Amino acid sequence: MKRIYVNEKWCLGCHLCEYYCAFANSGSDDMVKALKDITIHPRIKIEERQGISFAVSCRHCEEPLCVKSCITGALTIHDGVITIDSDKCVGCYTCILSCPYGAVMPSGSGAIQKCELCVKNSFGTPACVQGCPNKAIVYEERA
Amino acid sequence: MNYVIIGNSAAAIGAVEAIRCQDDQGKITIIASEPYHTYSRPLISYLLCGKTDLQRMRYRPESFYSDRQVTPLLGKTVSAIDPATKTVTLTDARVIPYDKLLVATGSVPFIPPMQGLDQVEKKYTFMTLDDANALEEALTPKSRVLILGAGLIGLKCAEGISNKCAHITVIDLADRILPSILDERGSQIVREHIEKQGIQFSLQNSVASFENGTAHLKNGESVPFDVLVIAVGVRPNTELVKNAGGKVNRGIVTDQYCLTCLPDVYAAGDCAESLDITTGSQRVLALLPNAYMQGECAGTNMAGGEKKYDHAIPMNAIGFFGLHIITAGCYEGEEYVDEKYGCYKKLVTKDGLLKGYILIGAIERAGIYTSLIRQKTPLDTIDFELIKEKPQLMAFSKIERLKQLGGVKG
Amino acid sequence: MAVDFLYPPYEVIRNHDKCITCRVCERQCANEVTRYDPQHNRMISDDAKCVNCHRCVSLCPTRAIKIVKTDHTFKTNANWTGDTISAVYRQAGTGGVLLSSMGNPEAYPVYWDKMLINASQVTNPPIDPLREPMETKVFLGQKPDAVQRDEQGKLINNLAPQLELSTPVMFSAMSYGSISYNAHESLARAAQELEIYYNTGEGGLHEDFYKYGKNTIVQVASGRFGVYKDYLEAGAAIEIKMGQGAKPGIGGHLPGAKIVGDISKTRMIPEGSDAISPAPHHDIYSIEDLRQLVFSLKEATEYKKPVIVKIAAVHNVAAIASGIARSGADIIAIDGFRGGTGAAPTRIRDNVGIPIELALASVDERLRQEGIRGNVSIVVGGSIRNSADIVKAIALGADAVYIATSALLALGCHLCRSCQTGKCNWGIATQRPELVKRLNPEIGYQRLVNLITAWTHEIEEMMGGMGINSIEALRGNRLMLRGIGLTEKELQILGIKHAGE
Repeated sequence: MKRIYVNEKWCLGCHLCEYYCAFANSGSDDMVKALKDITIHPRIKIEERQGISFAVSCRHCEEPLCVKSCITGALTIHDGVITIDSDKCVGCYTCILSCPYGAVMPSGSGAIQKCELCVKNSFGTPACVQGCPNKAIVYEERA
Repeated sequence: MNYVIIGNSAAAIGAVEAIRCQDDQGKITIIASEPYHTYSRPLISYLLCGKTDLQRMRYRPESFYSDRQVTPLLGKTVSAIDPATKTVTLTDARVIPYDKLLVATGSVPFIPPMQGLDQVEKKYTFMTLDDANALEEALTPKSRVLILGAGLIGLKCAEGISNKCAHITVIDLADRILPSILDERGSQIVREHIEKQGIQFSLQNSVASFENGTAHLKNGESVPFDVLVIAVGVRPNTELVKNAGGKVNRGIVTDQYCLTCLPDVYAAGDCAESLDITTGSQRVLALLPNAYMQGECAGTNMAGGEKKYDHAIPMNAIGFFGLHIITAGCYEGEEYVDEKYGCYKKLVTKDGLLKGYILIGAIERAGIYTSLIRQKTPLDTIDFELIKEKPQLMAFSKIERLKQLGGVKG
Repeated sequence: MAVDFLYPPYEVIRNHDKCITCRVCERQCANEVTRYDPQHNRMISDDAKCVNCHRCVSLCPTRAIKIVKTDHTFKTNANWTGDTISAVYRQAGTGGVLLSSMGNPEAYPVYWDKMLINASQVTNPPIDPLREPMETKVFLGQKPDAVQRDEQGKLINNLAPQLELSTPVMFSAMSYGSISYNAHESLARAAQELEIYYNTGEGGLHEDFYKYGKNTIVQVASGRFGVYKDYLEAGAAIEIKMGQGAKPGIGGHLPGAKIVGDISKTRMIPEGSDAISPAPHHDIYSIEDLRQLVFSLKEATEYKKPVIVKIAAVHNVAAIASGIARSGADIIAIDGFRGGTGAAPTRIRDNVGIPIELALASVDERLRQEGIRGNVSIVVGGSIRNSADIVKAIALGADAVYIATSALLALGCHLCRSCQTGKCNWGIATQRPELVKRLNPEIGYQRLVNLITAWTHEIEEMMGGMGINSIEALRGNRLMLRGIGLTEKELQILGIKHAGE
């Protein structure tokens, strides 16, 4: 299946992926309306230090520790995509304890949030991939 | 193949899901004493404080049993296992044969003998949905609640009912709260936070006797109360296996494949022991994630696959009144402690490995630490100074990151 | 601080209603124009540092930024324009030669835009390139005067080595050093996929790119940087650089600060030393000397590779080309006065040399008159901007064209003409690793392939319109061109009739 792959060689640390992610998941049709004067809470996050930078988001593991650890059954995997039922989630953060990539995070609403490959919003290709100016984040099928 | 599973919680569900990955034909029967669709027991405190409801606390969707062709025998209790005839007998005398049996019977609250306890009218444990419902019914806005035990269950209970009663006192024998997961300083921070919510602690103390709605404590104080919650600990439900001739220590003894010493009888979850890789000891790791993964491992092996349960570590993610705590591993070794902006962090290393950690307040990306423990990552292969600063993939080598994020194999 | 009299030529206009303070403009500006002011939660800009490269404009996710030319003005003066006055201020302040980059931006005539292409009607029907074969392939190199046969009557292969191009376009010389590793990789990969050629320039060939040798022209310039046996053997052809359109009469200059790491290794000069190419080749003072170098290079590569001699288009270009055509060179490359550069003295770039259109017409005509047109192929560069320019160049007599500025545009260049600062925000004309990585060759090469593919389609369409199905039949076919708004003299030099004639 298609997955997001990150190549830090091409990551510019521009943080646009974070903004496109926040916009895509905002439910708004206008980026300015969605993101002006707020602190964004994207599901993809840049790590950067001394000229190295890269984006980290859910790897959608084949053996997802977060799903196995979820105490509510709010995290599930369907067709390789791990999604969160934020209505079910009580914010115990066992998934944060479990994720080896640090790709699950609190959402501010009490529940957790994570990359869902934009399956729940209108983007066919994840917004971070579309918004990356340098193909440092790609969405592709690999053997 | 005829699979029988005793229990209907995380380990049982893990087993069902694993079995169905291998075998979509075999018959699966779940037998459980509780009459409910599978639900998440740790959610009962969230239920009381209104963060979830009966519908949402279902551990799996309504259609789980039918989707996976499972026959649930709910509200039925197994009275005996006969490994010779490969059958289980229910309390209603029904006999059910099995080819592979999973014992996922969990644990029961431990109630220590206390003078006058039988006179206490409103006394509850806090483990099951029925417990929670009964407790809720007993509470009024004027209730004074006495909770015995400042562990995970006792404190989650306190949080859950704090808006439904007048006053809560928590008593524990230990000198600090959450002694099983926190060190002294961590315990102090969490205690102070909980105390700000009006919950009172009396530590290094216990009940000498109960008398007319008052608990007389060992230190001479007396605490009047209306409702008593006993949460001093749990005991693994090992009787069935023990009576069938299986080996039982504190929990049911299993090998790496979750097999007990009885043929074709597996055990998983809070009733069973497993190897804690941080200490190298066999112990009961009564935690939902471990229960699921142990059940999953058992299920895989029951269905003819091969899977070892060899990454188990103690770990906890828990929060009280908005203060989040994540801990994992053991705390014996060299310590690195950092406390600032109201957040507490302790990392424990030994033999060049991360062995355990405590995070209070700032818990972001804790799983990176957990993974270091679980994978036994040699710390000289990463930049430990960066890891100390915060959990980050930057601490790993470029090549390791290419594998983690770039999909590069090998 | 002394007053420098200089007013910022551009202003960064930010629509604060649309700005979401994502700070991408701040992070992406190597000139440090923009920064975030936490006190007011606003981005603020220092216009004086802006080079108008549009990096921030392009990446701003809400399109909140535009760059405008300042309307700050001097008292109107057709002679002493603002730019002219500012240049004086600048030099009075620094005492230095004014440096610029890319091609001559001044308002000289663009002859491409004063020529129109023919199309067939009725008598000689046009050809539909979507339905009928259309040949854009060209071979560059010496063509034999006649077919030769042996005693048995069999054909003798008397063909000199040729470069085979799928379409009559090549990427002209840009050195590794003047442009980045990733820019080179983009060009090399695109040349390979397009079955054309790119040119190393005078900076040598990075070891990683030897694998593209089949599509590489290796250059030998007056500094001889990076030239050795393996290098000469690596390419498909060797180009002797005598001159460059942007700075005829002077050699290249790459400051020591850019001679670091792989650049130093590839140029084969110590790190930090200035790479100054002499104005002349110190072993070439005549056509005879040039001939010696041509044959030295042929000898070194066993006469298997065509040799190109590249010159700047200057006043007596036709006579020079005639000499080169007799020197044993296989191809003459002529670079017009609008050709780009990574750095050149402004006055030279803007005032020396002649337009490529005129140079091409006169060279082609001269070689034909002398009966030596077949000795060489002619490649022209120096601001080929689109497929129509190519069609016109070929009709004027070129075999193929060299493009560089348009290739860089495809890679993201915004013609801010600040290459000499080494802070190219697009990762092209820079060696700073954090800037170089901004050009991902995966994207870059694809854009180059797209550009040339699109141009080739357009060339085919125009050829079809003229009723020509082979690019060879267009070459030197000046009847296909008409001038517009040109003087008799210009028409005479171009060898074309005026529109309506």
